[in-house]
Amino acid sequence: MVDLTRKFDVLVIGGGNAALCAAISARRAGASVLVLEGAPKFYRGGNTRHTRNMRCAHDSATDILTGPYTEEEFWNDLLVVTGGQTDEELAKFMIRESKDILGWVVEQGVRWQPSLGGTLSLGRTNSFFLGGGRAMLNALYLTAEKLGVDILYDAEVLDLEIDNGMFLSAALKQGDGRADVRASALVAAAGGFEANIEWLREYWGEAADNFLIRGTPYNRGSILKMLLAKGVQEIGDPTQCHAVAIDARAPKFDGGIITRHDSVVFGIVVNNHAQRFYDEGEDIWPKRYAIWGRLVAAQPDQIAYIIFDSTVVTSFMPTLFPPIAGESIAELAAKLELDPAALEKTVADFNAAVQPGTFDHTILDDCRTEGVTPAKTHWARRIETAPYLAYPVRPGITFTYLGTRVNKQSRMLMKDGKPAANMFAAGEIMAGNVLGKGYAAGIGMTIGSVFGRVAGREAAKNAKN
Amino acid sequence: MHGTRILEEADRLMTVCNSCRYCEGLCAVFPAMEMRRSFSDGDLNYLANLCHSCGACYTDCQFSPPHEFNVNVPQTLAIARNESYAAYAWPRAFSGAFARNGLAISVIAALSVAAFIFGFAAFTDRQVLLGIHTGPGAFYQLMPHNAMAALFGAAFLYAIAALIMGVRAFWRDIGEPVGMKTDAKSLLQAIRDAGELRYLDGGGVGCFNEDDKPTDRRKIYHHLTFYGFALCFAATCVATLYHYLFAREAPYAWWDLPVVLGTLGGIGLLIGPVGLLAEKWKRDPVLVDEARMGMDVAFIAMLFLTGLTGIALLLWRDTAAMGPLLALHLGVVFALFVTMPYGKFVHGIYRFVALVRYARERQMMGHV
Repeated sequence: MVDLTRKFDVLVIGGGNAALCAAISARRAGASVLVLEGAPKFYRGGNTRHTRNMRCAHDSATDILTGPYTEEEFWNDLLVVTGGQTDEELAKFMIRESKDILGWVVEQGVRWQPSLGGTLSLGRTNSFFLGGGRAMLNALYLTAEKLGVDILYDAEVLDLEIDNGMFLSAALKQGDGRADVRASALVAAAGGFEANIEWLREYWGEAADNFLIRGTPYNRGSILKMLLAKGVQEIGDPTQCHAVAIDARAPKFDGGIITRHDSVVFGIVVNNHAQRFYDEGEDIWPKRYAIWGRLVAAQPDQIAYIIFDSTVVTSFMPTLFPPIAGESIAELAAKLELDPAALEKTVADFNAAVQPGTFDHTILDDCRTEGVTPAKTHWARRIETAPYLAYPVRPGITFTYLGTRVNKQSRMLMKDGKPAANMFAAGEIMAGNVLGKGYAAGIGMTIGSVFGRVAGREAAKNAKN
Repeated sequence: MHGTRILEEADRLMTVCNSCRYCEGLCAVFPAMEMRRSFSDGDLNYLANLCHSCGACYTDCQFSPPHEFNVNVPQTLAIARNESYAAYAWPRAFSGAFARNGLAISVIAALSVAAFIFGFAAFTDRQVLLGIHTGPGAFYQLMPHNAMAALFGAAFLYAIAALIMGVRAFWRDIGEPVGMKTDAKSLLQAIRDAGELRYLDGGGVGCFNEDDKPTDRRKIYHHLTFYGFALCFAATCVATLYHYLFAREAPYAWWDLPVVLGTLGGIGLLIGPVGLLAEKWKRDPVLVDEARMGMDVAFIAMLFLTGLTGIALLLWRDTAAMGPLLALHLGVVFALFVTMPYGKFVHGIYRFVALVRYARERQMMGHV
């Protein structure tokens, strides 16, 4: 049993990668640490459950990385994906620290492996967790427990007592009542609000009701909301979230990675009026897959259909849900409850516009359309071999960008610009500092581990003074 | 469509896993799965026998129960594996022995021991049975060596023949042409993988048994059991060579090779099975085929009894207890031999064959 009457040196709220790195680093610095994870034990870890790799800079190839990935290259990649919406000082600090993190997490029990089958494009830049994100979490929890970190599950925090930038206590739900948990320093690592449909509805309206959430239902952003309400400076566009197109048959929450679709570039995408709405061949898929969630969110009823034919089935990863099939376009349309004549016309117009070319999905090839709007600028091939196939897709929300402003110590900044006395933030809850928009695979885990480790260390130091 | 409900479930899981692949570095099952996009009954039986049941993929899976995707690969493959033993058993008429295997093995063992005691009592007089015999040929006062060799040779040959027929059916089902010679490289790789239990290690940290803390205990106990058994078998072989080549008759002195091998092996067969049984007792039920625990326990018990009766015979061979102890030991060993094709023993054979297939596949795919 955890003694909640004592005053802890460091209270960590959250239970994912950032929270555990903070807890371990604070404990290793000599602090007493309590972790409050809002989810039950099985669902612990927030979005970390579904991750599989981390992007860290390294100057040479390693056992599991095929080549060097320099700080400059990492910085340039970050500039590209964020369109410059990043805090340069913090971002460069994170990138520098990421080099050391590769070895540090191994010391905490995490194991690496080379990039997984089907992810060769990340083999040089990203280190993969052996056994995936939950295996990584399990290792961190075992280490934290061994070090003597106290951990509570199903630990819902109802309120934070903060006085002028100084954290005093957290009100922990206990049955019908509450217990005040006191600590000398706070690390908030409780993620974003992607599972909070009501909050999403504030920005997206009723469309939000049709969103699927890729992670657990526990990512409700309640800690973020409390902090912002109590004077912490916010960062990141509150209206934005990272959304990809996932299978419409996926569960409302926690479908994870296996509901994604990589087949957009091999076919066309239509809305429920059977009309195309965007260039499916704009760029190499990993660079573009994250725009499709928002594109589908803008369509009527937030649904779309990837349409392809039987010649390309083996070109992408096997999928959890089988494609819906029809012997003719009209039959397929009927199964999808689309207007058969409209879909037949869309496919016929597209097929007629396809120009001759040499197909190569690994490069921006010369297979394109002419005379159809929108154009498909690469990998355009006629859809003409039965059976015709389709995946229904909806927006799958991964994470949100709104967060708390921090400095290089991972210390929160208050609305007046002053650093908080004893409050730190790590992980998705402050990712917006570095990642104003966009995404690059594995960068969420980099933010979590780097700032988690820093926050834990600084919080421990803070608690001792 | 698959032949059984459990293969349907295995197919569903492999479809889930194939779209995730996070576990690819944990063992051989997932890389083998990735070489396929759809799964025949034979493919699934192959994957089931390739699985060493280390439990890591269950502990590491974000979709294991209580998640609605309900992904439990170790348990599903354990059930599929156990069902595959019955499916490949030869002759078919005996496949029922797997249904209530614990009972079947116990009855056969008891009958076998009783037969030896009865046989000794019937064919030798009381004084010989309970007399004290020492020196070369002492055992054969109770049962002539040729009779012993013929009986056990026949039992052993029968077991080998039945096992070969089972492997043949398995090999055919997993899609390998029967007549095809497997190359030496895959065979060596499989011997190495089986010999060190490469895939009973959760991808490097150890197996998961009763909780989420990895441990190497099962691997260590399995090594003690397997190498204990191998040493005992080697002891028997050396003794047979002694007898026919050098006309040196058992029992041998404690320092002689058959006794040294048998004693070391016997110790392994005492500690290993007890450890395996203890681990099995603690094991999280969510990982195992609970309906067939009897089969595992029966095999472990038979190995333990083989070791125990052998060691007892060594300790008391100079006393009047030698006769009954010899009957007991021979009865247990005989039962072990004749039930080999119809019990847990086959797991080693099919798993080895699956490892050979895996080594071949990897070579063909250019991984090695």
